[in-house]
Amino acid sequence: MKKLMIALVALLFTFPMFASAAGGNVHLEKANYDLSDKASLQNGAKLFMNYCFACHSTGHQRYQRVATDLGIPDELMRENLIFTDSKIGDLMHNSMDKKESAKWFGAAPPDLTLEARLRGADWIYTYLHSFYVDESRPFGVNNTVFPDVGMPHVLEELQGISTPTYEVVVDADGIEHKTVVALTSDETGEMSSDEYDQAVLDLVNFLVYAGEPNKLERQSLGIWVLAFLFVLFIVSYLLKKEYWRDIH
Amino acid sequence: MLKKLVLDGIDWVDARIPMTETWNKHLAQYPTPVNFNFWYFFGSLAMLVLVNQILTGIWLTMHYNPSAEGAFASIEYIMRDVPYGWLLRYMHSTGASAFFVVIYLHMFRGLIYGSYQKPRELIWIFGMLIFLVLMAEAFMGYLLPWGQMSFWGAQVIISLFGAIPIIGDDLTLWIRGDYVISGATLNRFFALHVVALPLALVALVFLHIVALHEVGSNNPDGVEIKQKKGTASEEAKGKFTFHKQYSGKKDIIDAVPFHPYFTVKDIMGVSGFLICFAAVIFFIPEGGGYFLEPPNFEAANGLKTPDHIAPVWYYTPYYAILRAIPDKLIGVVFFGGSIAILFLLPWLDRCKVKSIRYRSWKHKLNITQFIICFIVLGVLGALPATPLLTTVAQVASVGYFGFFIALWVYSKNEKTKPLPTRLTH
Repeated sequence: MKKLMIALVALLFTFPMFASAAGGNVHLEKANYDLSDKASLQNGAKLFMNYCFACHSTGHQRYQRVATDLGIPDELMRENLIFTDSKIGDLMHNSMDKKESAKWFGAAPPDLTLEARLRGADWIYTYLHSFYVDESRPFGVNNTVFPDVGMPHVLEELQGISTPTYEVVVDADGIEHKTVVALTSDETGEMSSDEYDQAVLDLVNFLVYAGEPNKLERQSLGIWVLAFLFVLFIVSYLLKKEYWRDIH
Repeated sequence: MLKKLVLDGIDWVDARIPMTETWNKHLAQYPTPVNFNFWYFFGSLAMLVLVNQILTGIWLTMHYNPSAEGAFASIEYIMRDVPYGWLLRYMHSTGASAFFVVIYLHMFRGLIYGSYQKPRELIWIFGMLIFLVLMAEAFMGYLLPWGQMSFWGAQVIISLFGAIPIIGDDLTLWIRGDYVISGATLNRFFALHVVALPLALVALVFLHIVALHEVGSNNPDGVEIKQKKGTASEEAKGKFTFHKQYSGKKDIIDAVPFHPYFTVKDIMGVSGFLICFAAVIFFIPEGGGYFLEPPNFEAANGLKTPDHIAPVWYYTPYYAILRAIPDKLIGVVFFGGSIAILFLLPWLDRCKVKSIRYRSWKHKLNITQFIICFIVLGVLGALPATPLLTTVAQVASVGYFGFFIALWVYSKNEKTKPLPTRLTH
């Protein structure tokens, strides 16, 4: 019986290995975001509202909540980060018409409130590093993480634009497969490579926050709950032992 | 003074409904085998999770909007704007997975100790019905957040009914209430999820326990604690008073009253369980993408099929059996059969010895291969199908059904070990 249990537990631990083997095939860079870094979150919010929000809403969160959580005074929030005629208690919708934008881009730009939970922080971080020149696309750019992406490289003025190095592989049927193996930036952006990394990290940090604004509260409450439950477990164990003393 | 008031109050109630009588019969004087081990925590834990699901569910219902237009946004409203809404939601979503963890371990207990055997067939049948209703309950609940996986998961499962000859297409139309999964489907699933199926669950749990208390609990030794009246020694009978319902016709040996012995023991089990449960809720509520799947953070879109549609982990063993069979109709038959055959377990096992402790090596081996096949199928059902993995799933499916066939064959004349006359502990 004991041997059976050990075998079963060992089998269960192999489960995540199987699961990760089924994951995506694009290499993602690690985004070391920090939800407790308010300056980073504020900068991320600023970048998001200036570069992303015209097309992408974060329609499940409210301006007021963002202001409170990020330590931005209401007045500053109204003046600098609310670009529509929304009130501070409103949900963060932009003024883009979904039907029109679907015509412009092929599909309406998705809401990004939950993007970090849908695709992961690493995916967004890598995606924003992976635009490159591709004249065959409507906006003249493509992306290695999201092939044939429908949006332009909106951070081009910060990063500059990258040119790809291709590798051409001819398969057994004689069909050519062109894959991007490296990206080289033209360094025409306002930011250095390190500054751009930090800016994207701030943006990712803000999107992780937007995905689950209660995450830090959840974890700090969780420690107290677990501490209480450990005490409860010890007390209940001693109670059980006391009651069962005359049985065994 | 106060004591007299309370006692008078109890007498007043007892003269009108059998309150103390019921308390004694089912708790304070209910004989419970003294040798219950770790595996016996999961019955009471299942009840705890059921209560958790009902209570958090009621509060979620207060804020949830059951419409195709509003469902997804109302979940995020609960997560952000409802005070502690995130906690209610994670308790409910984690509770769904916890329910299956607990129920699977509870069923495993029944399997290894032969708790389904005569005279406990009906307990097993009621338990299987609970499991069946629970699967329907979880399936319908999973549509309610109206995410991509909600939508496409429901699409895949409902379309299975389409494989049934002649009535298939009409049946799927009847289930969906529309030609595609739509607001009509969402509304009926909501009604079934919050009213019909919970009522059925509670009723079945009641019957499960009534049946259990009628015949009494099995135990890890699989020998009965009830003997012919007048045959047991005073030492074996012990010092406890049991309700005359049980002790009137039989001598009861090696038993303790459920309350307080197993109430205090179960409180300990509950505390241990809650540590694991809270650890998930507060630190890994997505359960690594298995409890809350990432594609479900995108609203349902009937025009955009996800790359890989995987059912939630607790359905994956049966889903793997379905996919292992190339023909859709035969696949659906085996998919249903994989659950249906469990109902027959009390009659497929023809051995008179219950517990794995005293059964043959064949039985031990058979149970081991069954559990391995079940877990392998569970892993495979969550992965995209490849030719190699499909072959593995076919082998594991043979192992799954082979368990029941082999059991029926060898259990008739099984070479078992001698049973103890008393419980071992």
